Amino acid sequence: MWRVGTVVALRDETPTARTITLKVKDWPNHVAGQHVDVRLTASDGYSTVRSYSIASAPDPQGRIELTVERLPNGEVSPYLTQELAVGDHLELRGPIGGWFVWHTEQTEAVQLIAGGSGIVPVMAMIRSRASAARAAPFRLLYSVREPAAVFYRDELHGLSDGSHSVSLTYAYTRTAPNDWPRPPGRIDAALIATTTWPSNLVPTCYVCGPTSFVETATDLLIASGNGREKIRTERFGSTGGPK
Amino acid sequence: MGTISRGFTGRRSAANAKLPPGQYLTTDFPVLSAGPTPHIALDRWEFVIDDGTNVLRKWDWKSFRDLPTDTITVDIHCVTRWSKLGTSWEGVSLDTLLADVKTNASYAMARSYGDYTTNLPLKDLRNNQVWIAFRFDGQDLAPEHGGPARLLVPHLYFWKSAKWVRGITLMPQDKPGFWESLGYHIYGDPWKEQRYSGDE
Amino acid sequence: MSSRSYDYLDGNAGAGELSKIFALDVTAAEGQCAHCGAKRRFAEAHIYMRAPGVVARCAVCEHVLLRLANVGQRVFLDVRGMSYLRLEI
Repeated sequence: MWRVGTVVALRDETPTARTITLKVKDWPNHVAGQHVDVRLTASDGYSTVRSYSIASAPDPQGRIELTVERLPNGEVSPYLTQELAVGDHLELRGPIGGWFVWHTEQTEAVQLIAGGSGIVPVMAMIRSRASAARAAPFRLLYSVREPAAVFYRDELHGLSDGSHSVSLTYAYTRTAPNDWPRPPGRIDAALIATTTWPSNLVPTCYVCGPTSFVETATDLLIASGNGREKIRTERFGSTGGPK
Repeated sequence: MGTISRGFTGRRSAANAKLPPGQYLTTDFPVLSAGPTPHIALDRWEFVIDDGTNVLRKWDWKSFRDLPTDTITVDIHCVTRWSKLGTSWEGVSLDTLLADVKTNASYAMARSYGDYTTNLPLKDLRNNQVWIAFRFDGQDLAPEHGGPARLLVPHLYFWKSAKWVRGITLMPQDKPGFWESLGYHIYGDPWKEQRYSGDE
Repeated sequence: MSSRSYDYLDGNAGAGELSKIFALDVTAAEGQCAHCGAKRRFAEAHIYMRAPGVVARCAVCEHVLLRLANVGQRVFLDVRGMSYLRLEI
């Protein structure tokens, strides 16, 4: 059940986050939203496992991208974001998950809400929709500490124009740009009311990020009339990163 | 064994001390938990020794903190393979708590706030081997590490050191607790590497 | 409803471990808590993985739904906490 992927490219998204492109032999095609478990083994046999969401759209060539945020006291993320080099190998299990997924056949309105590194699986959904040229109405509410922490900024900007646009709202929680209309702060009922799909459209909602963020956002979506069964969640734990 | 990841060492120190078999030295203090951290107000906290039917002894926080304490430095060994050496604790010895308790029971089930349990032979609770610890490293024990008080059983794998301990039930026969009922060793001596049921 | 400390993950995080023994996807499976009767997708269960094993708890009442332990060459599984788990083929 463990496959080996080879690192073919590395790209820094922010000063602390890096995207790792892997080529995986015999990779079964994944669905946007799924994740992989990565297992690292030291030369003395010590090993540890972490989960990372797949950032990329399904690719017939068996390439997947993972975007990893370096956690201050992390054991694995410093290795993945600073030590891992092109040509190295990573052991992977997956793709995993059948609930927090978006299939290109889905046509209903989709509301995406991402907190911090929760943008990763949600970006896979946006990319999957673009690469399959689908027109399902997508809105993204992306909560992040400050502008420098935004992943995929240029790509998100590009996707907000054009005929199959994804309507995008940033919510800065710590520091906002100078002319930003909304002062820095956590997402709240007002933001949900003004920037997300009205609940009477019965959107399928995907919420991903740190556990506390997911609970807050979910409660807000329910309070604004979305049914619990229409909200799919993925929690990354209190440190803000997977596991 | 998995494919070796070039250059990965993990969060471990060089192994230079005598450790039980299969253990790695760590300098941090991992928080392992099977459930949410309970938050127990000190004015509601109690520690109860019972025999399954009758309460034999009971302390509230004030009477518990009036008891004599020990300050000890011990090594701790987790079954997930990390060991931490030279940890310092302050606690009340189980010898103090069991002093007036008369029983024919040979075993004990430690019970925690939340639903965690772990079993030990009664003789392992005695003879200066086990404490109810309320201070770690000179500070009040933090909730994520088992505060206000946890069981401290340094001679066995650390899953026996039940966090958020609330009492001990004395039993005539041994019965498996939370992890012992899911494949972990009924006793758990790290020096004999008794991790799993069936390990000798 | 939510735990006071947000130190849990959810059923998605436990799915990799469970995939060793479940051939079918478990995250989308609906389960019923044997304690409080709540019916939820397994993806919504509160998962504690930093432990000698994996513990899944009901998001509503926090009682144990499922426990899994890797003990050497064996896997122990306890599913007494669920009245049922409904998996899609």
